[in-house]
Amino acid sequence: MKKQSFLFVSCDEAQHICDKAQYDEASPWEKFKLKIRLSYCKITRAYYKSNTMLTKRIKESKVECLDRASKKNMKKELDKAIKKQVN
Amino acid sequence: MPKHEINPNKWIDLYSDYLYNYTIARISDREVAQDLVQDTFLAGLKSMKNFKGEASERTWLISILKRKIIDHYRKINSNKGKAEVRINYRDEETEGDWLEERVADPFDKTAEDTMQNSELGDAIYNCLSKLPEKQADVFKMKTIQGIETEVICNELNITASNLWVIIHRARTAMADCLKENWF
Repeated sequence: MKKQSFLFVSCDEAQHICDKAQYDEASPWEKFKLKIRLSYCKITRAYYKSNTMLTKRIKESKVECLDRASKKNMKKELDKAIKKQVN
Repeated sequence: MPKHEINPNKWIDLYSDYLYNYTIARISDREVAQDLVQDTFLAGLKSMKNFKGEASERTWLISILKRKIIDHYRKINSNKGKAEVRINYRDEETEGDWLEERVADPFDKTAEDTMQNSELGDAIYNCLSKLPEKQADVFKMKTIQGIETEVICNELNITASNLWVIIHRARTAMADCLKENWF
């Protein structure tokens, strides 16, 4: 098994940290390791760029969606209506 | 032979979020928006026989929803005694075939930003509709609703590392999909 480096992270790990950072779930130490990786890895940089852009666009759009409970209720009502229509 | 088929059993899973987002961009009251989406599904169910399959199910449901939104504004306006919107296509036969008269668009909020936000919202939902169902669900819960990782994991019965793998795949696919026009 490959030993994990104290300071250097793999590309996959850097992308995982980048994902977590979009939700403010990356620790300061993880962010630091991501920064180091960004300084020399083109692939991580490209991922970081499109990932942060995605977060920006989602925020800008102000999209919303229904919560699960509302959806469940809606489904219940529609199912009832479908059954009624069939009978 | 019709190109598109209709299946009301899948409407909630496939279109409820899209319709809700469409409505909330035009009516800021969440409760009203939710009611209008529900009414749209019920109206769609009643007038299923009018679905010709020429447009997609989603487009057809949106045309019903648009009418519901206009009706909502008419109701508000008539309560204020200043109704400005007229619709002449109101019989059961034309439900879902709604044509727009030359009237002021009640949900045109004029600001270019609003229009762009709504276009971006549509683009996001189009991309979301291309994701596998579970990926789309997890992405929506985490990114749009901002639900905590632990809560999502409990609700969907997945581990945190599962969740991050799903999120990573969803984010990569979403970024690829939006890249062409929005990045």
